[in-house]
Amino acid sequence: MQRSFNYWKKAVYNRNQAETCAGKRDHTTISGKRIKELYTPLDLASFDYQKNLGFPGRYPFTRGVHPTMYRGRLWTMRQFSGFGTAEDTNKRYKYLLSHGQTGLSVAFHLPTLMGIDSDNPLAEGEIGNCGVAIDSLADMEVLFKGIPLDKITTSMTINPPAAVLWAMYIAVAEKQGVSSRVISGTIQNDILKEYIAQKTFIFPPQPSMKLIVDTFEYGAKEVPRWNTISISGYHIREAGATAAQELAFTLRDGIEYVEWALKRGLKIDSFAPRLSFFFNAHNDFFEEIAKYRAARRIWADTMKNRFKAKDQRSWWLRFHTQTSGASLMAQQPYNNIIRVAIQALAAVLGGTQSLHTNSLDETYALPSEEAVTIALRTQQIIAYESGVANTIDPLAGSYFVEKLTGEMEDEAKDYIQRIDNMGGMVKAIELGFPQREIADSAYWYQKAVDQKEKIIVGVNAFEKEHEPIPYLHIDEGVASHQLARLARVKKTRNRSDVRNRLSDLKKAARNDENLMPFILSCVRSYATLGEICDALKEIYGEYQEPITY
Amino acid sequence: MAEKKIRVLIAKPGLDGHDRGAKVICRALRDAGMEVIYTGLRRTPEEIVNSAVQEDADVIGLSILSGAHLVLFPKIMKLLQVNKASDILVIAGGIIPEKDIPKIKKIGIAQVFLPGTSMQEIVRWIEQRLGKGSN
Repeated sequence: MQRSFNYWKKAVYNRNQAETCAGKRDHTTISGKRIKELYTPLDLASFDYQKNLGFPGRYPFTRGVHPTMYRGRLWTMRQFSGFGTAEDTNKRYKYLLSHGQTGLSVAFHLPTLMGIDSDNPLAEGEIGNCGVAIDSLADMEVLFKGIPLDKITTSMTINPPAAVLWAMYIAVAEKQGVSSRVISGTIQNDILKEYIAQKTFIFPPQPSMKLIVDTFEYGAKEVPRWNTISISGYHIREAGATAAQELAFTLRDGIEYVEWALKRGLKIDSFAPRLSFFFNAHNDFFEEIAKYRAARRIWADTMKNRFKAKDQRSWWLRFHTQTSGASLMAQQPYNNIIRVAIQALAAVLGGTQSLHTNSLDETYALPSEEAVTIALRTQQIIAYESGVANTIDPLAGSYFVEKLTGEMEDEAKDYIQRIDNMGGMVKAIELGFPQREIADSAYWYQKAVDQKEKIIVGVNAFEKEHEPIPYLHIDEGVASHQLARLARVKKTRNRSDVRNRLSDLKKAARNDENLMPFILSCVRSYATLGEICDALKEIYGEYQEPITY
Repeated sequence: MAEKKIRVLIAKPGLDGHDRGAKVICRALRDAGMEVIYTGLRRTPEEIVNSAVQEDADVIGLSILSGAHLVLFPKIMKLLQVNKASDILVIAGGIIPEKDIPKIKKIGIAQVFLPGTSMQEIVRWIEQRLGKGSN
């Protein structure tokens, strides 16, 4: 076979290429990885079906974590959503649920993400802009009003103050008469990728990791159906990482959390089944599919062999996917619908458990109702019309896809080894390693676009003027409405009770106890998010990022 | 006589941590021969204007993706006036609705660069505006 391939390459392909391909075209992926003209069985010389793929629901899970995959149940269509006040967002949730969305995903406004209240001077101009404003349990009660928390699962994108927002959710469920043992959902709670890429951090790494292990421990005992972390590559990719860097840094973050939890004395199988992941779906179709398949294989191997987990559920890499925000373009914005559709298709062919599709208008503002409906319809068309969900892992066995999956695995393992050698991810972050790798990739890519080595339709090729599109406008009334509710809460609650609970929290933090019960107690008394985070800042201090570019 | 290098302060007002664009622009301007100072994340208008004055910046580049531009940009422009530093050229980029651009230009921000703008375009624009290195 090698002989006939060589003949084909030399006598047939090269000659034809010389005749037909006069202009130079790029044949690398969006990550800059070189792709060959043809893949054949020669590329899979050491490939072993049982060892490399296995069957769906069986080790190493390359073909999917569930034995039936989408034939049993489609992925969860979960649109990340939140804006304005809790009332505004509650209305949008009910709209999405009535249009066939199957799970909720909360976007908080920036002050909430940073653990400050709406009445903090730093919040000026930010209230309700990038998500929904939540200052206290009172806001959370409105957010989920009329939404039964025993029937719906909720994902919350919240990181340094994750324990506080999770406590608020548990408290709202209690008020609905729903036990914490029944509720289900996810908190993102992934601080490492914040230091690496997304940059919403509050506390330094050590206490941040402690808080996260607290949630693992508490969740294993009290909220057994909750995913206590969503280890995220999404933001790492958005910051400019290549596909392999996204994969490697995310999995190495996962390893770091496992190591810190084991150090606390937790048993691996008590918390590992609740670890979940979150990946990006970018433009390069096959590279993305290879990334998801490689992710499952590496994680299963890591959990089984490196950490000696016994429960098969600890070996599963379950993941959410969001299409790439950074790939959307302001120019000719309707083209974004097509980008999102291709990215979403890659996520589905890669076996995602849940999916968010971006809206066409997100380079301008948060999505309008019309734009978010198109994004949701894109998922429904893939699910119900395209036929791709009829069989499990349909691209398996493709010479190209299997080769790419193997290469992605090797590249990621190489990075993981390098970070192991540095002493782990917290150390690597302190050295600035992942941050630098990502900034280098981002700059390389932007130069490639500027030089038209990478083509972006409507941006550096096929340019055309476009009409402005309609977009969501956040009403100026949002801020005053939110500030009024916050003032009301502060006035009507039992002040000495709040003070006592906050001081108990500080005492527990000093004594290095698990803080979840104390945070829950503060939340129930309507202590605000800002008050709780300020109490913890007193004990833990704040993280200062080294300024580099 | 060697021409004085253009000094640019790249600043991130607002609470968002999206610094990919700001960092890429920092490198591009540096590679184009400018002196670049990056403020880091979440700087208040006061901090930005103080840095610009202290660093003797010719240009301030504001990068914001949080949606707070209509509140924070006017504060920055006002503080520049108060500090008698309105001669500093101010440009902006990020997630900014097209509808807001006239309002932003009206308060004296010279140009708004939206996603998809090439690095060369920004470099060229600054050089032309400051009348340097245009050939």
